[in-house]
Amino acid sequence: MRLKKNIATSEEGFIFNPSTGDSFSTNGTGSEIIGMLKDEKTLQSIIEAICARYDVDQNQFERDLDDYLSQLKDYTILE
Amino acid sequence: MENLVKNTGQKNNQKIVIAVTALNAIDSPGPGVAVIRAIRECSDFEVRIIGLAYESLEPGIYMNDLVDRTYQIPYPSAGTDTLLGRLVQIHQKEHLDLIIPNFDAELFNFIKLKDKLLEYGINTFLPEMEQFEARDKIKLYEFGKKHGLSVPRDKLIYQVKDLVEAAEQIGYPMVVKGKFYDAIIANTAEQAQKAFYQIQAKWGLPIIAQEFINGTEINIAALGDGKGNTVSVIPMRKLYITDKGKAWAGITIDDSSFIDLARKFVKITKWRGGCELEIMQTSDGKSYIMEVNPRFPAWIYLSAAAGQNQPALLVKMAVGQQVTPLIVYETGKIFIRYAWDLITNIGEFQKISGSGELEGKKSK
Repeated sequence: MRLKKNIATSEEGFIFNPSTGDSFSTNGTGSEIIGMLKDEKTLQSIIEAICARYDVDQNQFERDLDDYLSQLKDYTILE
Repeated sequence: MENLVKNTGQKNNQKIVIAVTALNAIDSPGPGVAVIRAIRECSDFEVRIIGLAYESLEPGIYMNDLVDRTYQIPYPSAGTDTLLGRLVQIHQKEHLDLIIPNFDAELFNFIKLKDKLLEYGINTFLPEMEQFEARDKIKLYEFGKKHGLSVPRDKLIYQVKDLVEAAEQIGYPMVVKGKFYDAIIANTAEQAQKAFYQIQAKWGLPIIAQEFINGTEINIAALGDGKGNTVSVIPMRKLYITDKGKAWAGITIDDSSFIDLARKFVKITKWRGGCELEIMQTSDGKSYIMEVNPRFPAWIYLSAAAGQNQPALLVKMAVGQQVTPLIVYETGKIFIRYAWDLITNIGEFQKISGSGELEGKKSK
């Protein structure tokens, strides 16, 4: 699960897909996940990092992450 | 020799005198003002810009910082002899080096006249008549079929009853289009008939009934050197579309499939000059060519903003300079069109209406 190489992101959570001209805004956690995807972190390490940083149930976060990644895929942001 | 030196743009401190049409920067804008803006932005040459206008209220006439002097010219329906007569008259005063026509409806006449204009030392950088006609709306489907390009099915309509047959072949919704401009989406036979009469009254026959393709609208501005080489390609996605289907905002995008498509078109046709490919990309990623406009689009200034100044490149090629094809451009460059109330005086309006000429601020 990798971010397409040409996707531009900002620390504020702005995502720009230059292939389609689409742009998106994501919240702080979404932005962190995008950052980790950009650094080619594995899903497992993303889950561990987020669960260590926030008070969140791991099962719940895995479901949310799955939804989020589906959205990113639909928007052709992921490879 | 004087002309030769002037035409190749080699003379130092010599302004290139360029006449530009389509100064109608209105809600469905002509490209003239954008073309001039891009040319003026290029620091490689000095220019004097002559506006050529059909009507007294074309906004570009009054944009004194862009246009040095404007002349009225006869409507395309007056024919090539009348047009040539007027252009020679203007040339005697202005010593034109180059004319850049930007209206679909006038291009036939200018292409017909290009050899004669050259005899007067006036360059153009236009496609051959054969190239021009091959991409005509009324022949586009056949053109696509011949060259392996996806083009929606269509049928030429000469009388309203032909719509029935067209609907059997194409189905609804269908797009009812004029031979030069205008397109209306019709969902029913009644809507198609209404669109037929509406467009016929404005643009005459034939009308084109085209298969409706749903998707994302992408426009591509391309510049060909006339030998099959593409000098520049800029793809743009429409972000905001007016009720006339025009882009009111757009963004440059990075998708090599659009670049390849434009290059293929330029190579096949050996296109000379600017053109615009109107593309519809379906959700499964298939790209259909909806239309090919034989001139720069109204959003062409975006090409300059993105790093490939197509109007300036055209000027250089037209005056005989060598240009290197450009590859790199900036993606994510956005244009947002806006409306602006330009104020002028009745005296200015009177000059262009009465004498057919109006001088801009720069040359005063």
